[in-house]
Amino acid sequence: MINKCEIEDLELVYEKPKTLTDTPMHYCPGCGHGVINKLIMEVIDELKIQDKTVGVAPVGCAVFEYRYMDIDMIEAPHGRASAVATGVKRVNPDKYVFSYQGDGDLAAIGTSETIHTVNRGENILMLFINNAIYGMTGGQMAPTTLIGQKTSTSPFGRSVKNNGFPLNITELISKLDGAFYVTRHSVHKPNSVRKLKKAIQKSFEYQKENKGTCFIEVISNCPAGWGMTPLKSNEWLEENLIPKYPLGDIKVPTKN
Amino acid sequence: MNMKYDNNVKLMKGNEALAEAAIRAEIDGYFGYPITPQSEILEYLSKNFNEEDGVVLQAESEIAAINMVYGAAGSGKRVMTSTSSPGMSLMLEGISYITAAQLPCLLVNVSRGGPGLGTIQPSQADYFQSTKGGGHGDYRLIVLAPNSVQEMADFVFDAIYLAEKYRNPALILSDGTLGQMMEKVRLPEKGSLPKSIPEWAAKGKIKNKERNIIYTSAVDPTVMENLNKELQNKYALLQQEVRYELSQIEDAEILIVAFGLSARICSKAQEMANDNGLSVGLLRPITLYPFPSDTIYKLAQKVQAILVVELSAGQMVEDVKLVVNGSCPVFFHGRMGGEVPTPDEIFFELKKITDKQAVKN
Repeated sequence: MINKCEIEDLELVYEKPKTLTDTPMHYCPGCGHGVINKLIMEVIDELKIQDKTVGVAPVGCAVFEYRYMDIDMIEAPHGRASAVATGVKRVNPDKYVFSYQGDGDLAAIGTSETIHTVNRGENILMLFINNAIYGMTGGQMAPTTLIGQKTSTSPFGRSVKNNGFPLNITELISKLDGAFYVTRHSVHKPNSVRKLKKAIQKSFEYQKENKGTCFIEVISNCPAGWGMTPLKSNEWLEENLIPKYPLGDIKVPTKN
Repeated sequence: MNMKYDNNVKLMKGNEALAEAAIRAEIDGYFGYPITPQSEILEYLSKNFNEEDGVVLQAESEIAAINMVYGAAGSGKRVMTSTSSPGMSLMLEGISYITAAQLPCLLVNVSRGGPGLGTIQPSQADYFQSTKGGGHGDYRLIVLAPNSVQEMADFVFDAIYLAEKYRNPALILSDGTLGQMMEKVRLPEKGSLPKSIPEWAAKGKIKNKERNIIYTSAVDPTVMENLNKELQNKYALLQQEVRYELSQIEDAEILIVAFGLSARICSKAQEMANDNGLSVGLLRPITLYPFPSDTIYKLAQKVQAILVVELSAGQMVEDVKLVVNGSCPVFFHGRMGGEVPTPDEIFFELKKITDKQAVKN
């Protein structure tokens, strides 16, 4: 067993964020959640706001993200993360508050909370992880599931007749006056990971300036739920999800 | 708790007295949604709560309101919500979470006749929902039942005190009449309830300390059972906080058990009965949970019969029967859907019971 390495001559080029715990993540191999969790903590490290941040975890695959994030956190009921975050922020206006939700959580059961939180311009960061499926409950149809996409509750493919259309909730909330910064990213390529990190950084900076709601959608994959290898899932994401949910800024602050 | 009172006597609505008491109890936040017959609470706070002291927020629904309470309470702040029966039903999921996470907060149900949309008139048909948990899982609320505008104000302090002592939501179970009627009231003064940010609060991780996580879940059933045991141990301790009021129980042949508005009406009926040669005592549970089981059991050994009066089809009567356990007959009189009994009506019931017991003896 090697107890000590001779590393004096080596240059440290990368380390995990200090605010990311050593607890092994429960996410499935290839899943985007781990990368997104890490990015948030990297930003919190760099901005040195660990002692001023409260995160709100969802019900869904990221329910246990508080095991990995070394910050104070609250686990919200399904769909209610933005209301819980509103409660925290309103009585702690000096704290940084973010909510983290999946597509079923934010765009189905929590639609009302999502719209009204943004409409009030709550000064929080809302992270929306869209992988077009309910991962935790075993791969059921989400509001963002594509037409024709097979899930355990749309085994013959989502049909417009039965299930209506995939919901572009991010475009929808971007029309609300309370939305300050609305942007869509992904984590399937190194450069997209870097862009997402910048968006998270900007959002916390805007929060410091009390600008209003910052909303980041992240198009992510679900290799287990989609029944694909991680690599194949990223290809499928690029070919199918991104055309429906195009990446980039949807609402950017106007320069005065 | 050292309650100090204002010297001025005011004439106020129950809802307004409760709202003013909440300001004086130094709440940090109120989150609510309009619903009759309690909207005056949100209205009064919107008008009179100083922005520098905290937040009053009209949420988009009762579901959002209770989850805002959950977040704010999780960050260690003193917060509340108020609603009426249908709104309470919507809040139950959130209340189950708040209770599981062991957070203190003040809940108010100015209840109305149901089921369904029901009426806006008073009812006590939310007794089961309030005292048995209401939402999913094994949990209880601390439940206080006022019977006057004075108690609408006082119980804000008592409820917050108990909620913070036991880290459990406390509910003031009122009704449409107590919320709407005006009476004289002496308001408690600010400063009666000391306030501090608790160590467990999620409000930003303190350096070199473990982070605070407000959570309600466990994958491992052993861990989840242990969380449940913690709750149940707390409820066992909570039994010492039982409160009730007794009137004329010495030599009583019939005991009335009634809470809130019903108890108020029953005390008039009791007076009529005793003026007419009957011997009637009254027990008014002030805490509906914990329930004054021991006292009711002891009294059941002495009286010939018990009459339970409620504004419902009979809910608390089940708890009374359970503790009486056959020691004496238990009768029930109830009105539903917003109807309220007159003292004459209850006096008539008392006479019927006296006649029945006389025949038996």
